[in-house]
Amino acid sequence: MSLASLPQEIAHLPGCVMLLLSFLLLRQRREAAAIKALAAQGVMLALAAALQGWVQGAPQLLLVALIEVAGKLVLLPMALWALLRRSGPQPAAERAGDSGPHLIAGIALVALAVLLVQPITGPGQAVAREDLALSLAILLLGLLLMATRRGAIQRVSGLAGLENGAILAAVSAGGMPLLPALSLAGLALTGVVLAGAFLHRVPRLAHGGERG
Amino acid sequence: MALLAGILTQLLHLALMLATAPLVLGVTRWLRARMLGRRGASPLQPFRDLDRLLRKRPVLAENASWLSEAAPQAGLVACMAAAALVPSFAGGMLLAPAGDLLVVVGLLAAARMALLLAALDVGTAFGGMGAARAMSIPVLAEPVLLLCAVSFAILAGTTNLDGIAAAFREGAPGLRLSLALAGAAMLVVALAANARRPVQGPGSLAEPAMLEEAMLLESSGRHLALWEYQSALRLTLWLSLLAALLLPYGMAPAGAGPFAWLLGLLAWAAKIGVLCLALTCFEGASARMRLFRLPGILGLALLLALLAAALLFLGTGPA
Amino acid sequence: MLPASLPLPWILVLLPWAGAVVLAALPSVRVAALANIGVSAASCLLALLLLMQPQGGQGWLRPDALNLPLLLLACLVGLATAVFSAGMAAERFGPGRGRAWHAGFQLLIGAQALALLADNMGAMWVGLEIAAVAGALMLAAQGTARAAQAAWQLLLFCGAGLGLALFGIILLTLAAPPAGMDLSWAALRGMAEQSDPGLLSLGFVFLLVGCGSLAGLAPLHAWLPDAEAEGPAALPALLSGLMPIAALLAVLRAKAVLDASPGAVAPGLYLLALGLANLLLAGLMLRRQGKAGRLFAWASIGQLGLAVFAFGLGGVAGTMAGLLLLMGHSLGKGAVAFGIGHAAQMRGRQGIAELGGLCASHPALGWALALAIAALVGMPPFALFAGEFLLLTELAARGWWLLLPLGLGLLGMVAAMIAVLLTLCLGDAGPAAPRRRGGWTRAEAMVLGPLWLLLALALLLGVALPEPLAALLAEAARLPG
Repeated sequence: MSLASLPQEIAHLPGCVMLLLSFLLLRQRREAAAIKALAAQGVMLALAAALQGWVQGAPQLLLVALIEVAGKLVLLPMALWALLRRSGPQPAAERAGDSGPHLIAGIALVALAVLLVQPITGPGQAVAREDLALSLAILLLGLLLMATRRGAIQRVSGLAGLENGAILAAVSAGGMPLLPALSLAGLALTGVVLAGAFLHRVPRLAHGGERG
Repeated sequence: MALLAGILTQLLHLALMLATAPLVLGVTRWLRARMLGRRGASPLQPFRDLDRLLRKRPVLAENASWLSEAAPQAGLVACMAAAALVPSFAGGMLLAPAGDLLVVVGLLAAARMALLLAALDVGTAFGGMGAARAMSIPVLAEPVLLLCAVSFAILAGTTNLDGIAAAFREGAPGLRLSLALAGAAMLVVALAANARRPVQGPGSLAEPAMLEEAMLLESSGRHLALWEYQSALRLTLWLSLLAALLLPYGMAPAGAGPFAWLLGLLAWAAKIGVLCLALTCFEGASARMRLFRLPGILGLALLLALLAAALLFLGTGPA
Repeated sequence: MLPASLPLPWILVLLPWAGAVVLAALPSVRVAALANIGVSAASCLLALLLLMQPQGGQGWLRPDALNLPLLLLACLVGLATAVFSAGMAAERFGPGRGRAWHAGFQLLIGAQALALLADNMGAMWVGLEIAAVAGALMLAAQGTARAAQAAWQLLLFCGAGLGLALFGIILLTLAAPPAGMDLSWAALRGMAEQSDPGLLSLGFVFLLVGCGSLAGLAPLHAWLPDAEAEGPAALPALLSGLMPIAALLAVLRAKAVLDASPGAVAPGLYLLALGLANLLLAGLMLRRQGKAGRLFAWASIGQLGLAVFAFGLGGVAGTMAGLLLLMGHSLGKGAVAFGIGHAAQMRGRQGIAELGGLCASHPALGWALALAIAALVGMPPFALFAGEFLLLTELAARGWWLLLPLGLGLLGMVAAMIAVLLTLCLGDAGPAAPRRRGGWTRAEAMVLGPLWLLLALALLLGVALPEPLAALLAEAARLPG
């Protein structure tokens, strides 16, 4: 058993878990559980950044990991819980919907991501194809979540998932400039859209009562 | 010389599988009883059960057709063929070139179909219901197996069981994440195919839990003996398959001598024992799942297998 | 990046933001409106000064021939909108909302300048993000529940688009050889030949869709009609006039990078397809709109699609046509927005039917609006017509089979808009509509003045461009390659 490629293989593991969490987000219609899954995904992203920092020997990735932990594990779930408390209980009908077709669409998107990444064969490129496919799949699944759900919390979760995928791609590559600034910018994007969700005057709109 | 070795190992292997199948089942039940704090029946109890049942005459319904007589035997033949193909203590058996993962899957599917036809034959409610429920599992489980076969094929270069075992034994693919993912998916499928917890509760007679038992409700006498023996053989077969694919160490390579076979035999017994223990611990820790949650866990296995195949495809694909 | 003495481009970005902070603190709406005009005028002056300075240079902001004319145009449109908004602000906004409106206004102008001038892709992305936030802020300043809903839609769609654009930027950066990864457009273009073509292509597609959402292009366009219909009257001039310019500039720069790489997919094809799709979609949807705001939003989507089509055609003539279309659209849309906003305020409603017959009841406004709609549709002699003419001649020379779908789309749009023009301006005024005579009042001057300014600029751009500006535009058209 050759152990030479072990660090790279382990570095793929948080990405795989993030993808599985994306599917969990897609399947989970209860908003409280969705917030927890999102926090777990953020932790996995921080872990991926830390592992990549160890493998590549780049200390700025540890800073990125800290930023992600602060943002995705602390700030974002707090804000989402506040929004959830403000919006009141979720209607039962929305909690029990069937997510089968969405999951099949999710699998199709993963296959699409693999197909899109496959022709990339350039010499000397910094990011492995597997990492790129994983991040692209997570991004597309976040987009699917945004498109198929109607509540504000679910849509912001989709946006956070989308941004997680983008930052995972940036983290998995070697030598990306200004990476902490990029991760901060992504967090700011999610924060700004979340702030917009608080603009709603009617709490019911947060669950998608009207065109949410 | 190799031909003689191949014939000998094949005969020995077949005898081993056929003889130890009830023992494996008995050991599993005994371990579970011990874990639950009971004394448990002796591990040799299934032999006595089979002996008792074989001596009894089966009672058939009035509208039973020739299927009810023929299906147990047909299923047994399919199971035995599959058991002959899965390597246990030595590679390079006579039938090894035919021992492909997909062939084994197909033979097990044939055995399952025999059981289904027998259940549907008499037209009782329980038989039909059990058959319908039982068919919903392979629909989800077989794609997982196929994807795992794809992963193994990319890693080892072949879907032949001997070839995969040899490749993994020599450590050519290395420690890969895809191997872990595909292995996890196969474990879930093994649980589903053998009707173990948390997928089903073996031996339970409560209606929501009945899949296998519903199909066997009408059989009696030597037919029931054959069906019970087949489920034991299937369990042994699956454990041997998992041991060969995921823990191929200690297997005697092709063309080795009797000493290597002895070592392989000891290794196989140890592996089966460890797997039984692991199975029992896992079953003890989990409760039977409700039926409509079944697609969830099999979908998870599908995702894991898909990820494994996708990662391998990208990592070693055309570049 | 930021030397000790602040260079002019940075002042152009930071001055409006400082103005936004000041405006957010001013309690009186009238004073804030006047201060708004002042800051906008200062920005215009600075842009003119920047025009006379030598171009190029290092650092995160980099003025060159491509973004300078667009910047000047944006500042002029901003100034005109500030004057118009001052005419409407006192009556429309309460003190709290007025602060949000004015702060958002200057925030948008500053972010616009940042996004236009930036050479660093990250700075450009931040500019686009702040612009989207400012747009949502201004939209929410309207105060109604529907406006809040539209602001949420804006944030959602633009947020998704910005996320996709971020991924596109990351991919474009990753395409470069590992030692030379840089977030600068110029550096990226220089290294395009050694970059991985697959990653470049993928990054371009994501950037296109993401920036397209900010410009209001399909498939992420759904926020635009709602935002323009529900927001304050001056908002469409900014949302359709300013934001698409910055977004499409990013797309142009990415196209330049891809054109320099031999193995990457031809970006022109994607642009052609997207532009044509938008044009046809707009042609279909224009007929069904009853509200003025939505109708002109769809007209914007169509015209921007046409501009993207021209960019996709490529070459010096194609890019020039695209630039003319882009600029002419901003000017025309601004003028139309002013006219419609004033008319809606006078009549109290927004429906096309209720706004009919303006030439009969308010001749000054009516005729000005008629000319503005003509400018937006692409009638000669305005800038949009010059762009269309250039595009059609170039297309006839290079890809005549595209003339049919393009012509169909254009015809649909023009027909619908002419019908609107007839209803709005030359139609029958309702029985209760008052009739005005005499010269301009002060309120009318603040509406009609900017309107005529933008129309004059469109005329200038289309017909009689002064020589240095024409040379600058020609240089700009050469840059994307």
